[in-house]
Amino acid sequence: MARTPGLRLHVWLQRHAQVALASLGRLFDTPLATLMTCAVIGIALALPLGLHLLLDNLQEVTGGWESGASISLFLKQEVSDQQARELAAKLRNHKRIERVRMIGRQAALEEFRRLSGFGQALEELDHNPLPALLVIQPKAQFGTAENAQMLVRELGLLPEADIVQLDLQWVRRLQAITLIAKRAVLVLASLLGMAVLLIVGNTIRLEIQNRHAEIEITKQIGATDAFIRRPFLYTGLWYGLFGGVIAWLMVAAAIGLLSGPVTELAALYQSAFDLSSIDFSSLLLLLGGSAALGLAGSWLAVGRHLSAIEPS
Amino acid sequence: MIHFDNVSKRYPGGHTGLANASFRIDAGEMVFLTGHSGAGKSTLLKLIGLLERSSGGQVHVNGRNLTRLKRRQIPYHRREVGMIFQDHRLLHDRTVFDNVALPLVVAGLGHKEIGRRVRAALDKVGLLSKEKEPPITLSGGEQQRVGIARAVVSKPPLVLADEPTGNLDPELSREIMELFGQFNQVGVTLLIASHDIELIQRLGKRILTLNQGALVADSGRNH
Repeated sequence: MARTPGLRLHVWLQRHAQVALASLGRLFDTPLATLMTCAVIGIALALPLGLHLLLDNLQEVTGGWESGASISLFLKQEVSDQQARELAAKLRNHKRIERVRMIGRQAALEEFRRLSGFGQALEELDHNPLPALLVIQPKAQFGTAENAQMLVRELGLLPEADIVQLDLQWVRRLQAITLIAKRAVLVLASLLGMAVLLIVGNTIRLEIQNRHAEIEITKQIGATDAFIRRPFLYTGLWYGLFGGVIAWLMVAAAIGLLSGPVTELAALYQSAFDLSSIDFSSLLLLLGGSAALGLAGSWLAVGRHLSAIEPS
Repeated sequence: MIHFDNVSKRYPGGHTGLANASFRIDAGEMVFLTGHSGAGKSTLLKLIGLLERSSGGQVHVNGRNLTRLKRRQIPYHRREVGMIFQDHRLLHDRTVFDNVALPLVVAGLGHKEIGRRVRAALDKVGLLSKEKEPPITLSGGEQQRVGIARAVVSKPPLVLADEPTGNLDPELSREIMELFGQFNQVGVTLLIASHDIELIQRLGKRILTLNQGALVADSGRNH
């Protein structure tokens, strides 16, 4: 009688390790084909990953801008430059205000004439239509959006105040757009994730076809479906994992290329901003996710095609 | 060990592989199966190894009713039936050792146990010195012996052989048959399909004769 010993745990682990290594070895037997498949997976993953990082960085930058936003206090028409200067001096002592820059009525007119191109039209006016403007920079510790709003309300109560504007509108808009873009990246990531499933599935399907005879013989000898499935599942896992590594390398290289110019640009805006790269937990998530995608892709192929092969 | 009760096998398209075959083979017997090509020899062996399912009747092997066996139980049945084919069916990308080890790997045996048993089986068929070679470098007779070693390495109670000497010269054929005789002496039940009537009559074992899917003669247990 043939003895069928119960599978002991260490034998089982040893088998899995062996199959995992054997599938790995098989991939290295055809390095170019393997590299190409992994590169396709890598590119498909790098695209959403890169965009995601880009948007993260954008959010970080604009998040900084929100707290640094300045308040424009337009004074009433009848307030003279002299009164405006006095008000500015008073506000400079305000506990929440860091800096006040004044643009007098005459200065505003000069600037408008220079920048708008309506110089001729302005000549026709008999008086200066532009009010004086105080550009107020809140102190950093009161720089949150709510604090800024409170300051705006307080400034609006000044008798000299006409319009108080918090220059947040465009930052808000940019953030809304960023949010939409993040959703779009999520959609893109799902689509490309599906593409990875199909790439791995198709590669495994070809592998199954190539090893048709081997599968037949192994089944005829008494291999269970799980036994036959295992090497293909590991192959899919490896494809996914290597694809993830390639995606990581590509994105890291892209960030490396961009970070120099970005830092220079940031320096021009008096910012010490640095492009942030992929942190360790994101990297683990990426590699785990890509390996899972590879595994799922091979499951699809294996489930469909292995049962079709029977020994004869 | 094997009990066929009114077993039929019809293929899609109307071809009859086996028609109402009934016979019984006891444990420890060595039986030959003969007939022209297309008489149903391979069909009968495939039904025993569950490479095919019968269309009618009951097949019992080793105390198991194969007609009722579920799909997921098939692998465990196949492990108890060693099969040998005319075309050897070896894996050419692996060494002789790995080919013979396959049934043990499939059954989940430990590393040491596999090495011990594979070498014993290769020793038995006289190929221990070729364990590291790929099968393609071996002669036809040697490849067949690798196939035999693979079929017996897990010590199955039943071994089936489909034209094991089909491509071999008389001298090699005789050697293979001697090998089967040795297995039989240690208690293995063998069912060997062969159209080489001259060779098998000389061995004086029980012979089942098939003609167009029907069992037409049984020489009886006269060993």
